[in-house]
Amino acid sequence: MPDAVMRLWRGDVRGGAFREYRVPTEEGMVVLDVIHKIQATQAHDLAVRWNCKAGKCGSCSAEVNGRPRLMCMTRMNLFAAGEPITVAPIKTFPLIRDLVADVSFNYQVAKTIPAFRPGPGEPDGTFRMMQEDIDRGQEFHKCIECFLCQNVCHVIRDHPDNMPFFAGPRFFVRLAALEMHPMDEAARAEYLRLKAGLGFCNITKCCTEVCPEHIKITDNAIIPLKERVVSEHYDPIVWTWRKLTGRK
Amino acid sequence: MASDKYENHEYDVIVIGAGGAGLRAAIEASAQGVKTALICKSLLGKAHTVMAEGGIAAALGNVWPEDNWKVHFRDTMRGGKLLNNWRMAQLHAQEAPDRVKELEAWGALFDRTKDGRILQRDFGGHRYARLAHVGDRTGLEMIRTLQQHAVHKGIDVFMECTITRLLKDGDRVSGAFGYWRETGRLVVFKAKAVVLATGGIGKAWKFGTNSWECVGDGVALALEAGAELIDMECYQFHPTGMVWPPSVRGILVTEGVRGDGGTLKNALGDRFMFKYIPEFFRAETADTEAEADRWYADKKNNRRTPDLLPRDEVARAINAEVRAGRGSPHGGVFLDIASRRDAEYIKRRLPSMYHQFKELADVDITKEPMEVGPTAHYMNGGVRVDADTEATAVPGLFAAGEVAGGLHGANRLGGNSLSDLVVFGRRAGLYAAEYAKVFKGTPTVDAGQAEALARECLEPFERSGGENPYAIHQDLQECMQTLVGIIRTEGELTKALEEIATLRERCRRIRVDGNRQYNPAWHLALDLQSMLTVSEAVTRAALERKESRGGHAREDYPKMDAELGKVNMAVRKVGEELTVTRERIPEMPPDLKKLLEGDK
Ligand SMILES: Cc1cc2nc3c(=O)[nH]c(=O)nc-3n(C[C@H](O)[C@H](O)[C@H](O)COP(=O)(O)OP(=O)(O)OC[C@H]3O[C@@H](n4cnc5c(N)ncnc54)[C@H](O)[C@@H]3O)c2cc1C
Ligand code: SF4
Ligand code: SF4
Ligand code: FES
Repeated sequence: MPDAVMRLWRGDVRGGAFREYRVPTEEGMVVLDVIHKIQATQAHDLAVRWNCKAGKCGSCSAEVNGRPRLMCMTRMNLFAAGEPITVAPIKTFPLIRDLVADVSFNYQVAKTIPAFRPGPGEPDGTFRMMQEDIDRGQEFHKCIECFLCQNVCHVIRDHPDNMPFFAGPRFFVRLAALEMHPMDEAARAEYLRLKAGLGFCNITKCCTEVCPEHIKITDNAIIPLKERVVSEHYDPIVWTWRKLTGRK
Repeated sequence: MASDKYENHEYDVIVIGAGGAGLRAAIEASAQGVKTALICKSLLGKAHTVMAEGGIAAALGNVWPEDNWKVHFRDTMRGGKLLNNWRMAQLHAQEAPDRVKELEAWGALFDRTKDGRILQRDFGGHRYARLAHVGDRTGLEMIRTLQQHAVHKGIDVFMECTITRLLKDGDRVSGAFGYWRETGRLVVFKAKAVVLATGGIGKAWKFGTNSWECVGDGVALALEAGAELIDMECYQFHPTGMVWPPSVRGILVTEGVRGDGGTLKNALGDRFMFKYIPEFFRAETADTEAEADRWYADKKNNRRTPDLLPRDEVARAINAEVRAGRGSPHGGVFLDIASRRDAEYIKRRLPSMYHQFKELADVDITKEPMEVGPTAHYMNGGVRVDADTEATAVPGLFAAGEVAGGLHGANRLGGNSLSDLVVFGRRAGLYAAEYAKVFKGTPTVDAGQAEALARECLEPFERSGGENPYAIHQDLQECMQTLVGIIRTEGELTKALEEIATLRERCRRIRVDGNRQYNPAWHLALDLQSMLTVSEAVTRAALERKESRGGHAREDYPKMDAELGKVNMAVRKVGEELTVTRERIPEMPPDLKKLLEGDK
């Protein structure tokens, strides 16, 4: 197999540049393997964030040839052999160093989300929930918090000053999961409208396209949330009735 | 500590580690009203727990009403070849159902039975379908639920912050010392009580399922502070990891595949597990393929398939088939669910496995068999704790989760880790908080001690030597893989000790370039200290256990030895040496003993 040619972003807030590395590859390698090899043999201090190398933790997000991806799930054979591959840190969040970005924004947003508040369950303290009523919630719970959707959303990618007023697609997914939980009784419409900035989203679907968990962020989470906010805004009675009867 | 060379923090309880165990401990400590901090090496929600797949074991009795804590207790003890701390096994079996229901009450969405209750699936060594699960991503559900619950409890979280040493005030623990990964800035935490929840040690081996964090920091921290370890020799190799392509070798293939009907086959197409049913499990294991296949639907009149024997048995059987030349093309065996369940079912039950093979190996598991082989997976042993309170031998130091030993004995059953995390995580948090509440005075940290630790920590930047930490790590993994693997011999273990000593020497010459800002070479240089300590502890204990039991198999002592079945191997640090002593397991009370003898 020909050597891989990797152009990796090296640098920190003070500045940086792409630097080229050549590495021998073997069958089945993913981008993260190649980066580890560069780290072990040529650039020991190359900063990269990863944990599981199995697509389960959402740590290794980066922009590979300009496309937001998990490095550990991006096979090298996706690219023509010998073709230079560019890897840059996700752009929407502040750079720490090399391929590592500061994603703390997301942890700040998470703190503000009104928590799960279940109604009373069965007398024995457990819940009865039918599988078909939680299918959608389970789809949302697949989120590995890679923040690729946050990274790609133009509302904050192109306008960082929107950040204080916009929770972003990852958290719309989270909010939708809470709203559609059959036992949940908390009210979040106000939060959705005023704090989460749902209105900023103009349904470009870029977030859905990059989600490695194939969550239909726009169709299944954002649009239903928008509908709810509208219907509750104009008709709080409908909202309350839905909540009380569990017909969500 | 007056010096502002360090960032300083003070808490009642600090929890080191934010996997399932650490999160649950922090939630509990905070609920007890003490000031609590949670510290973790990576971002919140990324801990190794996120990778858990198959499920969490709890005798809810939703699928099989016959199930109860007594059967779960018995299965756990037998799976552990009776080396377990029986009191822990009892508490675990009794409390796991409540902890699972609690997760549900905090928002977790487990798969459902037809009547809307929590569904449970079959797993190795469990008599009944017992694992509550969410497809094959149960760990994600668990960590997210706990994380979101914790976020609203006012716990201070220190992410990407690594602890390198526990601080002591006389005998008792008084805090911890570490650094921020992002900036390299050094931190001193003062605390009345410390909970270790740092997870496993899998990164010492070459082929494994573990994430990079699993370097055994907690084990090393505990030893250094004066606590003891038990059962370190019984490291668990999971029977089914991916073997091809090379870059993904080791990644886990959940036992759920077999739980949901998959079967192991060798190159000849034989379901070879029927040849490897040990005497210990013969009475409860099906001996014909027909009975094994009937068992999935009718557990009352049939015995369990040998595909679901405990992990140690299955891993050794696969190893033996490969050695005998009946392996698959890439040195594993076949795991076939494609010919046994329809595609729809497979995709619904095992979505991550389906994608993992499709994306990483170009294999469609609904059409072809997978190639699998043993992979380093789980630390059955760990820091010795008191069963009820999770207190270690060091006052003020508690441990829970994979870092703690005792519950699993010589071999853990699948699903018993996630339940371990929440059962004992909660207890550790509770008793650490109680300890902190009755603690009089303030914890003190000796300035000289911190000074020395800082120097030690920064040394790799100062040296002129030229060792590369990545190369040393690779050599250690090679050593552990070949010499301290599934099957061991005295000669190999002795050789491993020599190699570990050499690697330690080389570690003293590591030189790290660049600065302290997010520098993985520096982080690895420090992690290596833990990995070497852990590797030595495993190897020394393995030398001492001259028998084969659970995760520990000796070619030169292939049988179980009744006398050795009555002792744990305890490892301590005495001066600069690690010592191993045999310590008698306390006698089991008659009521529990009776449960073991029970019908089957
Ligand atoms: C692929 C896979 C699948 C599995 N499937 C199952 C399953 O289905 N069922 C089951 O029961 N078990 C399963 N297990 C086992 C189980 O997931 C683990 O044993 C368990 O999650 C360990 O949890 P923990 O809380 O003890 O530690 P971890 O989740 O490993 O967390 C350790 C924490 O400690 C932190 N830490 C470590 N060192 C330091 C330090 N020096 N300073 C600061 N922080 C530190 C880390 O950052 C991390 O936050 C599986 C394991 C794997 C690898
Ligand atoms: S659909 Fe909405 S949330 Fe998603 S990327 Fe577009 S604007 Fe952002
Ligand atoms: S919704 Fe998808 S893209 Fe967004 S953080 Fe979750 S997994 Fe990543
Ligand atoms: S390293 Fe975990 S998703 Fe890539």
